[in-house]
Amino acid sequence: MSLPVLKAADFASDQDIRWCPGCGDYSILAQMKKVLPELGVPREKIVFISGIGCSSRFPYYMNTYGMHSIHGRAPTFATGLKSTRPDLMVWVITGDGDALSIGGNHFIHVLRRNLDVNIVLFNNRIYGLTKGQYSPTSTEGQITKSTPMGSIDHPLSPLSVALAAEATFVARSMDANVKHLGDVLKRAAQHKGTSLVEVYQNCNVFNDGAMAYAQEKKQRADNVVELEHGKPLVFGHDNEKGIRLVGNHLEIVQRSEVPDDDLLIHDEQDPNPSIQMMLARMRYPEMPEPMGVLRAVTGVATYNDQINDQVALAKTKKGEGDLEALFRAGDTWEVE
Amino acid sequence: MTTTKEVKSVTGITVRLAGDSGDGMQLLGTQLTNTSALAGNDVATFPDFPAEIRAPRGTRAGVSGFQVQFAREEIFTPGDTLDALVVMNPAAMVTNLGDLRKGGILIANEDGFNDKEFKLANVESNPLDASVIEETYRVFKVPMTALTRDAVSQHGLSPKIADRCKNFFAMGLVYWLFGRSLEPTLRFISDKFGKKPDVAAANEAALRAGWAFGETTEAFGESYQVEAAELTPGTYRNIMGNQALALGLVAASKVSGKDMFYGTYPITPASDILHELTRFKNFGVRTFQAEDEIAAVCATIGAAFGGTMAVTASSGPGIALKAEAMGLGMMLELPMIVINVQRGGPSTGLPTKTEQSDLLQAMFGRNGESPIPILAPRSPGDCFDIAVEAWRIATECMVPVMLLSDGYIANGSEPWRIPELSDLPKIEITHPEANDGEPFLPYLRDENLSRPWAIPGTEGLTHRVGGLEKEHETGNVSYDPKNHQDMVRRRAEKVAKIAERIPEQDIFGETSGDLLVVSWGGTYGACHTATKRCQEAGHSVSHIHLRYINPMPRNIGTLLRSFKKVIVPELNMGQLRMLLRAEYLVDCIGFNKVQGKPFTISELVEAIESNMPAAASKNAAAVSKAG
Repeated sequence: MSLPVLKAADFASDQDIRWCPGCGDYSILAQMKKVLPELGVPREKIVFISGIGCSSRFPYYMNTYGMHSIHGRAPTFATGLKSTRPDLMVWVITGDGDALSIGGNHFIHVLRRNLDVNIVLFNNRIYGLTKGQYSPTSTEGQITKSTPMGSIDHPLSPLSVALAAEATFVARSMDANVKHLGDVLKRAAQHKGTSLVEVYQNCNVFNDGAMAYAQEKKQRADNVVELEHGKPLVFGHDNEKGIRLVGNHLEIVQRSEVPDDDLLIHDEQDPNPSIQMMLARMRYPEMPEPMGVLRAVTGVATYNDQINDQVALAKTKKGEGDLEALFRAGDTWEVE
Repeated sequence: MTTTKEVKSVTGITVRLAGDSGDGMQLLGTQLTNTSALAGNDVATFPDFPAEIRAPRGTRAGVSGFQVQFAREEIFTPGDTLDALVVMNPAAMVTNLGDLRKGGILIANEDGFNDKEFKLANVESNPLDASVIEETYRVFKVPMTALTRDAVSQHGLSPKIADRCKNFFAMGLVYWLFGRSLEPTLRFISDKFGKKPDVAAANEAALRAGWAFGETTEAFGESYQVEAAELTPGTYRNIMGNQALALGLVAASKVSGKDMFYGTYPITPASDILHELTRFKNFGVRTFQAEDEIAAVCATIGAAFGGTMAVTASSGPGIALKAEAMGLGMMLELPMIVINVQRGGPSTGLPTKTEQSDLLQAMFGRNGESPIPILAPRSPGDCFDIAVEAWRIATECMVPVMLLSDGYIANGSEPWRIPELSDLPKIEITHPEANDGEPFLPYLRDENLSRPWAIPGTEGLTHRVGGLEKEHETGNVSYDPKNHQDMVRRRAEKVAKIAERIPEQDIFGETSGDLLVVSWGGTYGACHTATKRCQEAGHSVSHIHLRYINPMPRNIGTLLRSFKKVIVPELNMGQLRMLLRAEYLVDCIGFNKVQGKPFTISELVEAIESNMPAAASKNAAAVSKAG
């Protein structure tokens, strides 16, 4: 008997979607529904766990198992679930405030443990649900409801944080570039270990156009470099520009002026994250921002495998637990 | 080895061992406890140590003590006043002497009493030389350090290592004095130091030398013997509260056919539960040392969602961090156990000292209307039963259950009658399967008002849970005002209904009378014993001890109203009293102590007597005199 072939519509729950009209979240939801059927995982084996924020309403809209949890803690719920139920495919849906402010600690720890879950981080550089305060990824000087004279916080880069935590899969995509987003989500799903996908997502109510430089067709070519494993870093309308490594920094070159052999070849599998970190640090407007998979390292043990392997090993070594023997361990005595 | 000197039979002994926190007093106390338990005595212990790992040596702040009572009758506390006190230095002497009864035995390591130590202990001269000491107590000055060095000299240890053996010398002397067998401790030494034969041999030599010193020196004319206690027949072992909790949790997981997930973050005095459970991986126990308390409880909820037995534990400050997630767990209606091993608060408070001041935190320390069941063990051994009971209630009612232990129970120990596996309650857990074509209703309630535990991986039951208010039955997000009130009511009613499935409160003494003592948690032993003494003195006093605090047993109101007065002793400022007064409108009287120390029996006896109605009190005094 062959498994029923599912379609995107099969993953839609019966709940009304309540994001603002025009929100970038719709696009991410649509790509998720499109990608999941391609993975061949039954709906009941998939769990979406989210924290708090606009993005975190996501689980309600998926016809899978789901948990809308508390602010910033989604990775920890995922840890308990995946450690005990490694048979499930677990997705963590979070936003820039959720993952990087209140949940910053858990974000680091889930990555360093390499729990086999997929984190999708919707980054719109603003607090949407609480109506317009600046977020940890807001740009310096950004005027918001809580920063009338401009934000004085230095922004945090989720990619840099993830690489610093030695994450095994780190990628970036964006809501408007649907094909790219679908491909990256699919690769994240197939990665064994924690995968982080940062998705540039437009908040058309509180931070409209914040990432237009990377999203709008006209500007995108000059401000974004799409990464492909084993390929040189090139960008521009006619791919006329490239990136090369000089000493310990990256610089933009005109391909007409330097041989292609000088260009940096992207290696997502390099276990040393140093150059991947340099890519993560390329920021608009000085540099084009990387899109795609920065890092995809295989062969690193996952937390869920290890916690379960230890249980299996203990059973092999000591035998299945015997309550009676456990109760009577150590010195005992009889009272007649 | 048997003594040739006179042996005096006594009903029980309370002894405290006190020294510097590096002197091995906890080890000595644990060994004396186990040995006494193996001799068939009933035992109760009270370890008391500084919050610092190594407080400055020789100072009063660095004194570590271990008190044990062993007796030939059933006992419920480690005893009030000491029959014997062993001190390794002046600081230990001056901080503990107040608890030694007049005529009691004071054994001092004479070598620990010198100018340097006097200065560290902040005493002007040798406290042993005060004439009042010799007049009040039976004092034995023993040069333990020198005698230990002599005893271990042939084993070629450095003086520093050799001096460390002096606690075993002290142990040997104590064992001689109280007729304890050396065998269990010799076994312990060979197990523990087997890989270092010279250290093992030195400790053994020190232990034997201490015993021989007691036997040969003129100073000690007699030793004491405590016969075996008459306990309920069965196989026993000595057990500490945290150990018993860990065993109870494993037992609950086995009888319910569930693997266990234990998510926690280290905190005194709860950490030992983690240490115990990590040894039980072959029972299917997965332990998760999280990055913080919040991660610990949230991971626990994740595991519960997946269908696993889920447990988290902490102490007060950590429970404060877990509060938001506990509210979520309660709203998701998932079964789990949250353990609070209470310590002195607020904030960091007194990390190594006991208190019962998190009761109101357990009741109300979450936002919104968030009732959860609360159980409290009454003694170290009771931790086992209460853990199993907590899991039964959690799964029957699909709710997080809070378990309130405390530092006194956690670190104290007592003989535990090992249960037969067949005596353990069965916990039946079912997960629903899809009903063909029927839409799944994740918040459809059964007769317990409990919802189905549908777990991911089950076809046809896909559903979403979360912290936003649920629509009745469908579980969908709902902002409907009437639905919210209805759901708040249903959740509260579900918890209240647990009263129907727990036993009625039992009572020690008559079911009505002059005075009722109401207690909960770790004060059981002291309250029970004090009540017993007052009953023996002819007072009309009874005692109820609550193991179920939310909801309370069905007959509590009746019991409270059947006495002229109700007194509620607690190691807090009156938290249970507040609940009782609010719920039952009975004017309970508080007896409260917040010193990081357990109640003594005598202070409770005094509290009871001072609250007896005058007439009854006079009458009792007459009876007491006549007796």
